[in-house]
Amino acid sequence: MRYAMAVDTKKCVGCSDCVVACQTENNVPLGYARDWITETVAGTYPNVEIEIRSERCNHCENAPCVRCCPTGASHIVEGGIVLVDHDKCIGCGACIEACPYDARYPHPDGYVDKCTFCIHRVEKGEDPACVAVCPTHCLHFGDLDDPNSDVSKAIADRKWKVLAPEAGTKPQIYYLI
Amino acid sequence: MKEELIVSGRNIPGVDPHLTLWHWQIPLYLFLGGLAAGLVFFSSLYVIMGKEDKAPTAVKWASFITPVALVIGLLALFLDLRHKLFFWRLYTTIRLQSPMSWGAWTLLIITPLSFVWSASYLRELVPQWDWKFKWLYAAETWVIKNRKPFAWVMIVLSVILGIYTGILLSAFNARPLWNTSILGPLFLTSGLSTGAATIMWMSKDHEEKNLFGRIDLLLITIEIFFIIHMFMGFLASSAVQIEAAKLFLGGPFTVSFWSFVMILGLLVPAFLEILEWKGYKIPAAVPAFLVLFGGFMFRLLMVEAGQLTRYLY
Repeated sequence: MRYAMAVDTKKCVGCSDCVVACQTENNVPLGYARDWITETVAGTYPNVEIEIRSERCNHCENAPCVRCCPTGASHIVEGGIVLVDHDKCIGCGACIEACPYDARYPHPDGYVDKCTFCIHRVEKGEDPACVAVCPTHCLHFGDLDDPNSDVSKAIADRKWKVLAPEAGTKPQIYYLI
Repeated sequence: MKEELIVSGRNIPGVDPHLTLWHWQIPLYLFLGGLAAGLVFFSSLYVIMGKEDKAPTAVKWASFITPVALVIGLLALFLDLRHKLFFWRLYTTIRLQSPMSWGAWTLLIITPLSFVWSASYLRELVPQWDWKFKWLYAAETWVIKNRKPFAWVMIVLSVILGIYTGILLSAFNARPLWNTSILGPLFLTSGLSTGAATIMWMSKDHEEKNLFGRIDLLLITIEIFFIIHMFMGFLASSAVQIEAAKLFLGGPFTVSFWSFVMILGLLVPAFLEILEWKGYKIPAAVPAFLVLFGGFMFRLLMVEAGQLTRYLY
């Protein structure tokens, strides 16, 4: 089993619904974010291209945050989801320094926090909160090992990219371009 | 033109708009850890070589600074933690892939041992000192009898401590400025140099002062070579590392790096040590202070600048 997500950059309008849904679902403190919207503008007028991406933890296969964690608080569970065990985290910040995507943050309560792919929902067979609310259906979640899953089908016949592949982390969020 | 922006409003303290998560605590610790590594290295080296009488300051008196430096360093590390009461979790596991885990365990061993090391010389420094308990006298005798094996343990630990302060940073491939394997040897050399400078400063023995002045001179030369080597490596590497090097080569850290680290922290003390070698009278405090200052500034700037370097946005 390999959980992953595909983000259709051609459909995403940057409404931030996924951001708000995540903050509500996971009680994310004000000003903090487990997911966010990035806008890339390239070119010069009138030849301007815009790409909008809903970003979050990439649940990397070769996760540098897990590697550098001195207590084992950062770990990978079945399905490849990268999680932080709050009771093991000492808040040293090594994982935050280690993440090329700046996807982790120091929670005001002391421990380090991040996107969990809404594992509490996924375990019940539901989609993560961000995927469930997306009004343009640009987010696709599922198991890459299952060819019939939403995410497998989404990346099967589209061109895609991942962010900063040169960092060597093997990220598992696919951006359809 | 290409512009990348987070548009959904993210304002995470310490992370946005760029990482400022590690403040003065980490560089202070890296400096004190390096200094302690240097002091331990030279004290154990001279015991192992059986030349305690040639370097009495290094073996005995300077070693009293080690536990103090380590305790202040540990305090700084503790202050850096955000989930402080869970710090003991470091010691419920050993993570071989995490330099921080290596460091935590090394510190757990070397800190009490450095207390024991200096305690075994305490009665030479303060002859009227009374250990009060019989078993403490017995322990002292045992340590004095086993100085050589003790020194072997300490020298290995000191090298791990000195190298790990550099590897701690170099293991972060997300921060291109840190992601160079030269940082381990570079920080070790710099730590040894600060240790040698402290011994030179403290020593009352003219010959020992000169000896450690020359040792420090050699270490400074190696350090300058490593720093040039580091920049050469960056400039011959990928775009993110070229950008990282530019922070020091024309970017916002240029003036502070070249004036505080390169000139004041390395070239000036090296020049003064050469003058002293040639027979001029130079107060050892001046080059020693400059080396210590440069060592701290180097770590401060590396930690600060490293957090600015990244792959995205």
